[in-house]
Amino acid sequence: MKSAGTIAVAVLLIAAGIAASPLLATEIPPTERRSGYAFMSADTKAMQDDDTANPGLLWALDGEALWKRKAGAAGKACADCHNDARESMKGVAARYPALDKALGRPVNLEQRVNLCRSRHQEATPFAYESRELLALAAFVAEQSRGAAIAPDATPELQPFVAKGRDFFMRRQGQLNLGCTNCHDDNWDKHLAGSAVTQALPTGYPIYRLEWQSLGSLQRRLRNCITGTRAQNYDYGAPELVELELYLMSRARGMPIETPAVRP
Amino acid sequence: MASALINVPKKAKRGEIIEIKTLMSHIMETGFRHTASGQLVPRDIITSFTCRYNGVEVFRADLFPAIAANPFITFFTVAKESGKFDFEWIGDNGFADAASATITVE
Repeated sequence: MKSAGTIAVAVLLIAAGIAASPLLATEIPPTERRSGYAFMSADTKAMQDDDTANPGLLWALDGEALWKRKAGAAGKACADCHNDARESMKGVAARYPALDKALGRPVNLEQRVNLCRSRHQEATPFAYESRELLALAAFVAEQSRGAAIAPDATPELQPFVAKGRDFFMRRQGQLNLGCTNCHDDNWDKHLAGSAVTQALPTGYPIYRLEWQSLGSLQRRLRNCITGTRAQNYDYGAPELVELELYLMSRARGMPIETPAVRP
Repeated sequence: MASALINVPKKAKRGEIIEIKTLMSHIMETGFRHTASGQLVPRDIITSFTCRYNGVEVFRADLFPAIAANPFITFFTVAKESGKFDFEWIGDNGFADAASATITVE
């Protein structure tokens, strides 16, 4: 009796797994995907397009200075190993988060910068959302401007993408909302006057007018999680990196806009 | 750290109206906000911006707490002669920054 029940449950789980693995009907078809840019007003678009009006470039310039500055006990600058970022960092942001073999899990661009600091520069990692970390992330990602987002297809990464997708689909918090309830089902509508948009992270770190500052994708994710009144995750939490990974897989093939401007 | 982004046309015809764009890195803290513990965050803003064209002031602006962070100021002037534009920002807590750009007028 007990074993029959277990088998029935197992069969149901397998069936559910098969049903859930292909694209859900609610996921946005590739032809309907639009960057957050497409939802913005003409003024905000103009701000992003003009490199002397886009405040994100201020961070990218800071990042360029940091790239060349020696740091840590090793006395090395990023440029001492990676040389000219314009060559070496081209297209790198388009395939992040990427697998870190030593850690056995995906790391995002900010974490990669900090891993480089601790492993190779023997320097203390930058705090998440610090001006320095945002500046380096913006500078590195800027080198991929226009490059198509190309998530890493490493098989070891796929379970993490699946976890991120589970997170995206799962209802949570006091408002009992999953990311998908807004960003797949209602992206063409407005929430308190703002466009909902499709959760395609094409331009991070972004200069968000509401923040009056540059901010990382994780800052944006934490905003959304707070909005659903769910318990938040700390910066750099594996759950948030997995979500980043899934979001980048949604945006596959779309061009990087970093540093983008968003309202 | 980088502070200003300036956009002045490299070349212009004599008498041409040219657009000048400036973006300055600054937090523009209004002085009206409080911390979580109720303490007032002191005001920290840019209070004045000036632009000189070969030493002659062609544009000046006073800035106030309602202006957003990283103020973007753009204005027009007439290209009269080749030379230099000098930009100066002055603000609270002794903030002072300057930048310049050259133009060739044909």
